[in-house]
Amino acid sequence: MKNKLNVSASPHIRSKETTATIMRDVMIALAPAALFGVFQFGFRAFMILLLSVTSCVLSEYLYKKLMKIPTDGYECSAMVTGLLLGMNLSANVPYWIPVLGGVFAIVVVKMLFGGLGQNFMNPALAARCFLLISAGRAMTDFAVERVDAGNTWKMIQSGAAGLDGLSSATPLAAIKAGESASLYDMFFGFTGGTIGETSAFLLLLGGLYLILCRVISIRIPAAYILSFVVFMGLFGGHGFDAEYLAMQVCGGGLMLGAFFMATDYVTSPITPSGKIVFGIFLGVLTGIFRVLGGSAEGVSYAIITGNILVPLIEKVTMPRSFGKGGKANV
Amino acid sequence: MGKATFRGGIHMYDGKDLSKDKKTVALRPKGDVVYPLSQHIGAPAKPIVEVGDKVLGGQRIAEATGFVSANVISAVSGTVKAIEKRLTVSGALCDSIVIENDGEFTKIEGYGEKRDYTKLSKEEIRQYVKDAGIVGMGGAGFPTHVKLTPKNDDAIDYVIVNGAECEPYLTSDYRMMLEETERLVGGLKIILQLFDKAKGIILIEDNKPDAIEKISALVKEEPRITVKVAKTKYPQGAERQIINVATGRKINSSMLPADAGCVVNNVDTVISVYMAVAESTPLVRRIITVTGDAVANPQNFSVCTGTSYLELIEAAGGFTTEPEKVISGGPMMGMALFDLDIPVTKTSSALLAFAKDEAVTLPTSPCIRCGRCVSVCPSRLVPQRMMEYAESFDNEGFVGLDGMECYECGTCTYVCPAGRRLTQAFKQTRRSILDERRKK
Repeated sequence: MKNKLNVSASPHIRSKETTATIMRDVMIALAPAALFGVFQFGFRAFMILLLSVTSCVLSEYLYKKLMKIPTDGYECSAMVTGLLLGMNLSANVPYWIPVLGGVFAIVVVKMLFGGLGQNFMNPALAARCFLLISAGRAMTDFAVERVDAGNTWKMIQSGAAGLDGLSSATPLAAIKAGESASLYDMFFGFTGGTIGETSAFLLLLGGLYLILCRVISIRIPAAYILSFVVFMGLFGGHGFDAEYLAMQVCGGGLMLGAFFMATDYVTSPITPSGKIVFGIFLGVLTGIFRVLGGSAEGVSYAIITGNILVPLIEKVTMPRSFGKGGKANV
Repeated sequence: MGKATFRGGIHMYDGKDLSKDKKTVALRPKGDVVYPLSQHIGAPAKPIVEVGDKVLGGQRIAEATGFVSANVISAVSGTVKAIEKRLTVSGALCDSIVIENDGEFTKIEGYGEKRDYTKLSKEEIRQYVKDAGIVGMGGAGFPTHVKLTPKNDDAIDYVIVNGAECEPYLTSDYRMMLEETERLVGGLKIILQLFDKAKGIILIEDNKPDAIEKISALVKEEPRITVKVAKTKYPQGAERQIINVATGRKINSSMLPADAGCVVNNVDTVISVYMAVAESTPLVRRIITVTGDAVANPQNFSVCTGTSYLELIEAAGGFTTEPEKVISGGPMMGMALFDLDIPVTKTSSALLAFAKDEAVTLPTSPCIRCGRCVSVCPSRLVPQRMMEYAESFDNEGFVGLDGMECYECGTCTYVCPAGRRLTQAFKQTRRSILDERRKK
């Protein structure tokens, strides 16, 4: 039996968790909100999600082939990027938008910077912002009645009490324009918006799943949402009006952003206190963008701005090692 | 009252069920016994026997050289066959005394005689511990008489007995807490005799309720001794963590437990102190867990030091399948072996045999910065960053991140979803930094 035993440095046992299982958990957590988007916006929404995921996975594969990077041990991260990108698009966008977005997210934002773990910006969000800038009109067309399955949707919708505003852009835009919106609809997702952002409830459910599975820590989403609420209470112009604040939290991409985009491992601080600093920064920035910005939204820009500051935040929030600083007896 | 614990750490499958309910079996060596001269931290011992000499069980065969060093005592009677280099657990060759076992187990005069330890002076106790060659049996092997001789006896506030046994699969301390409870408490009382102002704390994880119960019942009448229950978590048994859990105090790599007013000893060590002082029995016995999914009958053995690991495997019924990996010590910090003809030393706590080697087969992928390593590190380091420095051989950067505070517990590597060999890289970097410092 000599020379048949493996020799390696300790530890000799490993947790069952791998990058692929983490990515799988994120997709499970995103699934309810994504399915709701498909149900709400119809077949077109499904196509857009499919195209966006396919575009991401394929462009990563082709890039790796072209650059002769080994493609074994697939870890599913491009699928998550694709899913997030698709969920961040309106169901009305032309089909070339998710395809172009996927290529940009993977090739420009991720692979050119060194691939998995090396990108300094969230690929899905960077692609969304790229698309917002280069195809602004198509990207902000949220009108629902043009959607194929819109009729089905309207039938369901008329069952619920007092719904309107589906033909207007998004509830946040409506609020910004001084119109009213229903908090109930916004919470459960019976509003216009991108495919994956409408149902705050299902996103919250997915976020809780990730927290309970210990895939993400509660620090970033909690700090983000709380600081955003405080900022909006102080500077939103409506004071601490509970309904207004709740609408601001449920509206737009805040839930999707706080639980799924800001918590992206690669582009958020690794230090525990850094996560809180990062969350507060995003909350304040989102508030500023929503209050002062030209658009009703601000989550995407807030997060990619925050991404850029991550190295700095980490630098100032390095934890003090155990037993260092201070005397033995304290 | 909430159970004591520390920040960081992990829960994992502990595999203790394999061996925890079986009574410890005493095992006598059949073949030659081998005594490496360096089974402890400090200067190697110097042989005081020659090839051809007859030795008896309990006889000193090598003597401590200097204060931080320890005697080596033979467990068996027989003839010194050779003094030569033999393979040890670390994979290195070490000067060893080989004794041909005559199978009689004749002991020296006075072996096993009872003594009333309450009548002994502090000096006598320390001398008995030193003579018995006792070292920390938790794994590090720091000579116990040195630990028990701090600069100022009165500055010691706590004597902690480490009954955490946080390494998965290991049950030897647990079995001892159940089977030799009186010796354990007696040993602690002896150590407390050295430190007039100290309190004794026996710290046990909450996955050992019967040990907690049995010891608690025994120390009920002891005003100076308390049992402290801690939440089960790895690496609770690490010296810096256990001091923190038991007393709330913190030490770092540049401090000794005594700097925080603590003396920490593991269960087997405390029992050995009792045997040395109250029963005139030097350290010639070791409780060792032989377990793993490739072992036929996982259980604990009470063995003579010097016994070959091959005999242990045989006593446990041999292998059920060809193991891929055999480990001396626990799965988190133990050493992988490539040869089993290695003697049991004072610090051998377990022999594990696994049919599958999950660590080596796991592919390594890029770091995704998930931060699991940061949240589990008991030393509150940032392993992810340390790894960047370690991989680029930037020793200065590594030290700048307090990398030398790492004690290689393996927790970061265990949780890493990308399968990165963090601990391995840190071990290498730390060795190279220590080498550099030694050269200066």
